[in-house]
Amino acid sequence: MAETHISAAQWPAAPPVRPEYLRDVVASGDIGVVQKPLTLWQQLFNQAWLRKTFILVLIAAAWEIYARQLNNPLLVPTFSATLEAFWAGIADGEILQKVANSVQLLLKGYALGLALALIFTALAMMSRIGNDLLETLTSAFNPLPAIALLPLALIWFGLGDLSIIFVLVHSVLWAVALNTHSGFRSVSNTLRMVGRNYGLKGLGYIARILIPAAFPSILTGLKIGWAFAWRTLIAAELVFGVSSGKGGLGWYIYENKNMLDIPAVFAGLFTVILIGLIVENFIFRNIEAATVRKWGMQS
Amino acid sequence: MNAPTGSAPLLQVEGLTLQYKTEKHLVTATYRVSFDVYGADRFVVLGPSGCGKSTLLKAVGGYMAPTEGTMRLKGRPIREPGADRVFVFQEFDQLLPWKTVKQNVIFALQSSGKLHGKAAEAQAMRYIEKVNLAKFANAYPHTLSGGMKQRVAIARALAMEPDVLMMDEPFAALDALTRRKMQEELLALWSETRFTVLFVTHSIPEAVLIGNRILLLSPHPGQVKGELNSDGSDRADPVSGHKLSDRIHQLLFADRIEEQEIVHHG
Repeated sequence: MAETHISAAQWPAAPPVRPEYLRDVVASGDIGVVQKPLTLWQQLFNQAWLRKTFILVLIAAAWEIYARQLNNPLLVPTFSATLEAFWAGIADGEILQKVANSVQLLLKGYALGLALALIFTALAMMSRIGNDLLETLTSAFNPLPAIALLPLALIWFGLGDLSIIFVLVHSVLWAVALNTHSGFRSVSNTLRMVGRNYGLKGLGYIARILIPAAFPSILTGLKIGWAFAWRTLIAAELVFGVSSGKGGLGWYIYENKNMLDIPAVFAGLFTVILIGLIVENFIFRNIEAATVRKWGMQS
Repeated sequence: MNAPTGSAPLLQVEGLTLQYKTEKHLVTATYRVSFDVYGADRFVVLGPSGCGKSTLLKAVGGYMAPTEGTMRLKGRPIREPGADRVFVFQEFDQLLPWKTVKQNVIFALQSSGKLHGKAAEAQAMRYIEKVNLAKFANAYPHTLSGGMKQRVAIARALAMEPDVLMMDEPFAALDALTRRKMQEELLALWSETRFTVLFVTHSIPEAVLIGNRILLLSPHPGQVKGELNSDGSDRADPVSGHKLSDRIHQLLFADRIEEQEIVHHG
């Protein structure tokens, strides 16, 4: 037998023998306060949106101070000048029109991308060859920047919405499919057996067991897909100018850069950020609260 | 609900050899295991870890195909999972977290096509009341304790009124006090509805308490060591004078001594 004896030099041979005792438990009123309300400051600090607003205000303040010191509106306009340009853009309806054009296109590409991702992952769950197909395609196409496909898309589909939608689908599809597929695969074996126990098969099994059970991963995929779609859309409009006739936010930024109206360029970027914040904090947050958080699948 | 049809067994397992593949090995889980379960039986499969008892239950559940042997439920061969054999697993995550207690039970009834609409809801509530969870019918599983989750799983399974209730160490993950209470509740439910249950456990006291018939399996691979009767009271055997739990202990423990001797002499 190997020598595994541990030196016990620091420990006494036996613990001391102590007398036993029993006590009556005192009612909590005698001890003092068990629960006390939080102070107003603590309550405010518990509000996530307040904390985040505070961070945003700090960033805006830092921007304003830096830009004023730099004093070069062609490089970095101040936050107030950006806001002014933003309001002016809103007031004459130009920004809103561009936003509407961009979002409309974005939603079409996003929806189509999601539908295709669902079909691919469903195929992957139902057969081994479908699984191989999805894994090969995601590993091949996921690293390929959507914008790199735009020149080809322009040749295939010409100037217009179709080219943009094509690259949007490409940017959404693989990210969403990858997350959904990995979510499906991490569904616990017990839940799978429960589903089959009650006779679920094929699409019913995917819809009633896999999708809800993998919803945290699917939601992550939806968020990443949304962000990728935005990036692709703005980049496409920036690089190739107006490719869809009407022009969106990217085109707004591009145009104003050409006219050296830098506050308006910042206002365009600001709008992109604003939409991102709204979508994340209102739409995705509410979906989370109504699903994965209510179900206790995410804290 | 499971009136024994004459003297024919409800579930017949004959010469069942089960094998599964791991990355490097072909493991034989059980070797030529045979047993019969009759209607209203509380049939316990008992054995140490490695005797293939859970694998055996999975096979009867239709989740894996046997290498040899046959399994028949009401005379029909078992080929795939089905709602006539409803499982209660050990894991708490067997409840669908996105559904409330009531929705979980209704889900089972509707997915299997047993009941729909109002009838499914009424059936669900009837069985949720049986496990004393009516107050929690609209709660989500993550707000319940481990014992309550298992009671929901039992209610969901019983609401299906299956031919055989399949329980895979359903109380093993509970604390000792809750486990004791759940065992009593299960017996009370059985007195009320007389379901047939196939119950897998590695706990001798649990087997003695729950089972009316106990199948003993020896490990590596699982083989039938014998079948004993129990009346739940751990009575002494009139012949040997030994208590049932002691006899089981000896039967399962004898293997270990032999094994050790083989190791020493080999």
